[in-house]
Amino acid sequence: MSQHRPTDNRSGAEAVPEGLWTKCRQCGNMLYQPEVSDDLYVCRHCGHHSRLTARQRIAITADEGSFREHDSAMRTSDPLDFPGYLEKLREDEAQIGLRDALVWGECTIDGIPVSFAAMDFSFRGGSMGAVVGEKFVRAAEHSIERRIPLLVFACSGGARMQEGIVSLLQMAKTTAAVGQMGRAAVPFIVVYTDPLTAGVFASFASVADIVIAEQQSLVGFAGPRVIERAFKIKLPPGSHTAEFQFEHGMVDIVVSRRELQPLLVRILRLVSPRREADAE
Amino acid sequence: MSRWLDFDRRLREVDEDIQKLERLLAAPSISEERRSQVRAQIAEIRQREEQIVREVFSHLTAWDNVLLARHADRPYTLDYIGAIFDDFVELHGDRRFGDDPAIVAGLAPLEGRTIAVVGHQKGRDVKERQFRNFGSARPEGYRKARRVMRLAERLGYPVVSFVDTPAAESRLEAEERGIANAIAENMLVMSSLATPIVAVIVGEGGSGGAIGTAVADHVMMLEHAIYSVIPPESCAVILEAFGRDPKRGPEAAEALRLSAQRTLELGAVDEVIPEPPGGAHRDPGGAAERVKKAIIKAIQRLESIPTETLVTARYAKIRNLRHYEEQ
Ligand SMILES: [Zn+2]
Repeated sequence: MSQHRPTDNRSGAEAVPEGLWTKCRQCGNMLYQPEVSDDLYVCRHCGHHSRLTARQRIAITADEGSFREHDSAMRTSDPLDFPGYLEKLREDEAQIGLRDALVWGECTIDGIPVSFAAMDFSFRGGSMGAVVGEKFVRAAEHSIERRIPLLVFACSGGARMQEGIVSLLQMAKTTAAVGQMGRAAVPFIVVYTDPLTAGVFASFASVADIVIAEQQSLVGFAGPRVIERAFKIKLPPGSHTAEFQFEHGMVDIVVSRRELQPLLVRILRLVSPRREADAE
Repeated sequence: MSRWLDFDRRLREVDEDIQKLERLLAAPSISEERRSQVRAQIAEIRQREEQIVREVFSHLTAWDNVLLARHADRPYTLDYIGAIFDDFVELHGDRRFGDDPAIVAGLAPLEGRTIAVVGHQKGRDVKERQFRNFGSARPEGYRKARRVMRLAERLGYPVVSFVDTPAAESRLEAEERGIANAIAENMLVMSSLATPIVAVIVGEGGSGGAIGTAVADHVMMLEHAIYSVIPPESCAVILEAFGRDPKRGPEAAEALRLSAQRTLELGAVDEVIPEPPGGAHRDPGGAAERVKKAIIKAIQRLESIPTETLVTARYAKIRNLRHYEEQ
């Protein structure tokens, strides 16, 4: 189900060796590196949103220095003993500095405590295996225990093929955990970021209380290229985007990355009962 | 593929030989001596048949299971429903958009109780295959299943789900009507439905399309069914490990551990139902009999558990899968 392979888009823009300049993937204009993070990795010229690593996402979203990571050492047990899988994992670990495709912990956003998770598309295409599933559930359980909202940034090519049926089971496991949050009356907010498809879109990401999507993100059950190849059809332009999903009622709000942070703060203020108590 | 064509052809020849001899036996003019000769011949051929089956099934590969699970003569959901239940009132429509023939749903009696049944349905001939969309359900199918499961919860009926789909429908119209949401909502509802749920993977348990109706207290699979995150051919195309070559699907099937026993060991199913010799398609009645016994046994056990305990245990089973390490 993981059809989207990571591109060399890790730093948020195409790497230009040793320079202070990087090139926008969409318009080709040069971007001055020190400004890129100030600009939230959005191109000054064309507005293109670069994909963010989990660390970059945490850096631009959490109050400075507030993020406390949990379970950073967790690794898959390679349940199928799948050919070549461990080598690929070690490569990604070395390059990206993560042990799997989801980072979770607790942080504050404008002073509001949240249980927080960010997926990382550069790690095995953000695919969901046993570790992503377990970490998501722990983030959900943490939000239940602490009675704070869960905020998840979701980007993923789908289930982690190399974990076979175990990865498919994570769809049920994460979705069931969302059910637990519902019963405990803690809010779950998800932000769809580019790209989000297949097993993650069709599980916890589809049953959040509030669904936000970054503009122009690819969002779909099957990737558009996969469908065009499999069914030998041509899809209309703009299908499988955040805007398309919004038009069909699957997304609450589509925003640019620049508008995202203030929106999150407004929502968190509305859905965090603790905040009132803390303010007293 | 030729291995199965060859196997089926050999068995069909043997079946025809037996039928010919049986017709001979039925003839009134046959002498007593000839009769016993023919009987001996039949016994001999039957032995040969058993030997062929034993030979082939003694070393089944994962790929063999894939081909068996997709076998065109394999019993489908409505075949099981017809054989297991004395009656079946089919219910149609998702009350939102339409009715999806790729999933059937309805009510059926089973030993004095009413069961809510849902299941993917494939087609037998070209026309029916198209009508059933090859068992690839649209959002309406999942929502119909959900509606009927909710009905079961309200009225206190156990749910039986037959799973047999290559994958969920993924083309544009399914996307527009929220196929991802339909699957996720089903898993959400099934993970806490306040009534016993039994799922049986009878053929292909194809990725999200399968798990969207397979969250259950007791998940069973037939001996030669498959339950997989991806079709092995697609896996071979995507992964460098298989040279991105669809013809290496058999290797991918092995790597994905597509056998009922391995699926059981990995914790994805709770029970494997053995199939009649030669596979379910060789003896659909025998297969249905085994499935029926397994369903009754599971429901009897689940009915004795208080609902609250049942739902808690179902969540714990799903939540406590451990395939990770923490150092
Ligand atoms: Zn640009």
